[in-house]
Amino acid sequence: MIRTPIREAAKLVFTRDLTLAWRRWDEVAQPLIFYVVVTTMFPLATTPDMSALREISGGVVWVAALLASLLALEALFRADVEDGTMEQWVLSGQPLGWLLLAKVAAHWVLTGLPLVVMSPIVGTGLGLPYDAWGVLMLSLLLGTGTLSVLGGIGAALTVGVRRGSVLLSLLVLPLAMPLLIFGARAVGMQMDGDSPAGPLQLLAAIFFMALSLGPIAMSAAIRISVEN
Amino acid sequence: MWTWFHKLASPPHAYRILGRIAPWFGWSSLALILLATWWGLVRAPADYQQGDGFRILYVHAPSAWMSMFTYVVMAVAAAVGLVWRIKLAHAAAAACAPIGASFTFLALATGSIWGKPMWGTWWVWDARLTSELLLLFLYLGYMALRASFDDPQRADRASAVLAIVGVINVPIIHYSVEWWTTLHQPASVTKLDKPSIQIAMLIPLFIMMAGFQLYFGWAISRRLRGEILRRERNAGWLKEAS
Repeated sequence: MIRTPIREAAKLVFTRDLTLAWRRWDEVAQPLIFYVVVTTMFPLATTPDMSALREISGGVVWVAALLASLLALEALFRADVEDGTMEQWVLSGQPLGWLLLAKVAAHWVLTGLPLVVMSPIVGTGLGLPYDAWGVLMLSLLLGTGTLSVLGGIGAALTVGVRRGSVLLSLLVLPLAMPLLIFGARAVGMQMDGDSPAGPLQLLAAIFFMALSLGPIAMSAAIRISVEN
Repeated sequence: MWTWFHKLASPPHAYRILGRIAPWFGWSSLALILLATWWGLVRAPADYQQGDGFRILYVHAPSAWMSMFTYVVMAVAAAVGLVWRIKLAHAAAAACAPIGASFTFLALATGSIWGKPMWGTWWVWDARLTSELLLLFLYLGYMALRASFDDPQRADRASAVLAIVGVINVPIIHYSVEWWTTLHQPASVTKLDKPSIQIAMLIPLFIMMAGFQLYFGWAISRRLRGEILRRERNAGWLKEAS
C-alpha cells in the first residue's frame, strides 16, 4: 500500500475543510455576528458612558470572543464522525493527531482569525484606545489558538453525546479560564501603561503546550468516540 | 507480585477486601474527627486577631486539601484505567468524583462562612477561593460527561481523558488565578500566616487532616463497592456470594 505522506494528508484535510466552509460561508459568519451582538449587549446592560466602558472593554471583548469561538466548536468533528470519514482516518494508519490538528487549524482560520481581525473594531466601539489594539489582537491570536485545541479535545469527547453543546461549554470553559485571565490582563496592563509582556508570554507558553500535548489528547478522545 | 496485583484488580476480590477494610477506615476516622473537633474547639487557644472565628479552619483547610487530593487520586486512577484497561481503576475514578466535589463544596461553603466575619463579605475574589470554585466546575464537568454516555465503558474512557487533561490544567488554573489577584490588587485580605501559626493550633489541624483522609478511605471503599455492584450486577460471583 502506498501511503500519502502525512504532510500531504494534513494539507488535504486543511484545504478540504476550508473549501467546505467556503461553500457554506453563512455558517462561518454566524459566530462572528454572535460576537458583535454579545459585545453590543454590554453597553446596553451597563452604561453608554465611554470612560466607564473603557475600564471593562478588554474583558468584554475577551469574554465575547471566548463564547463565540465555543459556539462554533460543537460542529467541529460531528459531520466527519457521522458520515464515517473519521473512522477512515482512524483506520488509515496516518498519525491521527496530525490530521486532527490540521482540522483544528482550518477551524481556527475560519472562526478564530475572523474574531481576531474583528476585535479592534468591536473594542473601539467600547472605547478601547488605539494603542491597545496590537496587544488585544496578539493576545486573542494566542488565546483563540489555544482555545481551538482545548475545544477540539472537548468536541472530540462529546461528539457522540446527545445535547453535546452545553456539555462542551461546561467542559471547556473552566479549562479556558487562564486564557481569559492572562488575555484580559495583558490588554488592561497595556491600557494602564505597563508592559504587557508577562501575561503575553504566559499565553504563548500555554499555546505551545496546548499545541504539543493537545493532539495526543484529541486523538485519544476521537478513538474512544469512534470505537464501537 | 503481579499475580497479587491482578487478583486485587478483580471485582470479587476487591469487593471482599473493601468490605473488610471499610469499617476500619470508618471508625478510626470518626474517632480522629471527634478528637480533633474537641481539641480544636475546646483546647486550642483562640487567635489573637480573629478570636474564636478562626476555628472553622479545622473544617475548611482539611476539606480544601482533600478536594485537591481527591482530584489527583481520580486522575491517577483514570490514567491507570486508560493505560492498562483496568475496569476497577475506572470504577475508582468514578467513585472519587462525587466525594471530591463534596469536599470542594464544603471548602467553599466554610470559606465563605469564614469570610463573612473576617472580611465582611460572603465572597471575595480571593485567589484560593476562585481556584477552588474552578475546581468545583471541573468536578461538575467530569460528572456531567460521565453521566451523558449510555455505554459505561465509553463513559469510563472519555471521562478518563478529561480527568487527565484537567489535572494538567489544575496547576495552570491555580497559578493564573493567583497571579490574577496579585496583579489586580494588593494583598489586602487578612490571611492566616501559615508559618507563624501556633503549634497548639496546628496539632488539632493535623489530627483533623488525618481524620479526613481516613474518612476519604471509608467513603471511597463504600462508593467503590457500590460501583462494583452496579457494574457487575449480572455477574455470576455475585449470585454465589449472596
